[in-house]
Amino acid sequence: MSQRFATRRAVIKGLASSAAATLAGCSASEPPTYGNVLRMGDWLTYNAHRLLLPRQSLAREYDLRDISAAPAIGTTDPTDPSQGGFMREFAEDYARLLSGGFADWRLTVEGSVAKPSSFSLEDLQRMRSRTQITRHACEEGWSAIMQWTGVPLRAVLEAAGVRPDARFVQFHCYDAFVDGIDMLDALHPQTILAYGMNGRDLPIAHGAPLRVRVETQLGYKSMKFLRALVVTSEFDDNGPYGQIQNGWSWYAGI
Amino acid sequence: MSAASELPSPQRHALWVRVSHWILAFSVLTLAYSGFYILLVHPRLYWGEVGNDLTPALLELPLNDNHRPDAWQQTVTFDTLTNAPISASRTGDIFNENGWARSLHFLAGWIFVVAGAFYFAFGVVTRHVWRDLWPRRGGSYSLLQRWAYTSVAFVLLPFMVLAGLAMSPQVVAAFPVLLDAFGGHQSARTLHFFGFVAISAFAVGHVAMVVLTGFGRHMRAMIVGR
Repeated sequence: MSQRFATRRAVIKGLASSAAATLAGCSASEPPTYGNVLRMGDWLTYNAHRLLLPRQSLAREYDLRDISAAPAIGTTDPTDPSQGGFMREFAEDYARLLSGGFADWRLTVEGSVAKPSSFSLEDLQRMRSRTQITRHACEEGWSAIMQWTGVPLRAVLEAAGVRPDARFVQFHCYDAFVDGIDMLDALHPQTILAYGMNGRDLPIAHGAPLRVRVETQLGYKSMKFLRALVVTSEFDDNGPYGQIQNGWSWYAGI
Repeated sequence: MSAASELPSPQRHALWVRVSHWILAFSVLTLAYSGFYILLVHPRLYWGEVGNDLTPALLELPLNDNHRPDAWQQTVTFDTLTNAPISASRTGDIFNENGWARSLHFLAGWIFVVAGAFYFAFGVVTRHVWRDLWPRRGGSYSLLQRWAYTSVAFVLLPFMVLAGLAMSPQVVAAFPVLLDAFGGHQSARTLHFFGFVAISAFAVGHVAMVVLTGFGRHMRAMIVGR
């Protein structure tokens, strides 16, 4: 993934920067309208989906016998310097937390919330849980069916008290990537913070100790190795750590 | 004089036919180009809901090395049962230009859908579809030509849109019937690929016939309407 991002970045950068200059008048407050003429289609798709499709339809859920083989791609170990998301500071923290069985790991929730909070894995496991067997669709073209167990993101946001101006939830990860979803997807009943996979603790390669599952979007929106949630009222492309800078569409419901 | 000039004079294409023909032609070409780039990331096709590098493929397209990425860590089983599902981490890098290819594909898709809806509405209202395209005898197109135009415009291209939508997580959450209609996410992807092959075959045949039966005359007819 590292080189993949790097290559794409190189390819897109020229195109994007020239288009960005042309579209400089466009505001960055709405996703995902700026930076690249190709984003016009993504903007149309996002708005058409939000306008035309029923709100918060449930993705199909499957039976235990449908569970399939499941490749782990992208960052599969945040402590491995050869991987794309490697950042020394995060890698050292992650290695320390891993050696303690994630007992000291905390998920912080901040931004547009009434009570900025931090949750241990045990805190999250004590909250209400949801188990779902869903299909993971990768933008590369493959798919896999897996069982996920976790706490609905809605429950975590409710515990922190989301303020009325909140519009997006950003996921900050130990593999240095940052990405976000809008409140409609954040409050979707199947959007969970998963700590279990196929009846076991979430494996490292799949994002231990906690990852997002966004079942109405492609796999790359289901961020792994979570460390913080930031609720925002403004759209943020997250600079070099965001998906758009790497050529990806912010909205991946298609 | 060539034999071509003795053929019946080509259609006098209306302005809306010419404009929509070229917008649709350009968007389909762009869809094919970007779609091919998307395919290059994972040139393996499957049937059903699920398919990935750890499951057997229906078809491996040897377009590049991505059809057989073997840089994987040792597989691990999810549980202790025999034949349990497995997992593995990819260690190698693969060719992936999906960032721009996907965005370009969907931008072209939007242009195609809007122009296609316009063409269909005008085609029905002006009776162009019935007069010039529907498979029947008479008019300036042969029966075979009419079959080709009708099946591509009104069967194959709408089928491609539906098969594409059947791969969208948000759309199939709203309309799971699309998954059932195509037999699953991977079946829809495989059928989308074969649709691309069929449309490419039509495009090659269409352009070959235009060239063989008077290229300049046909181009003039479709650009300036004679």
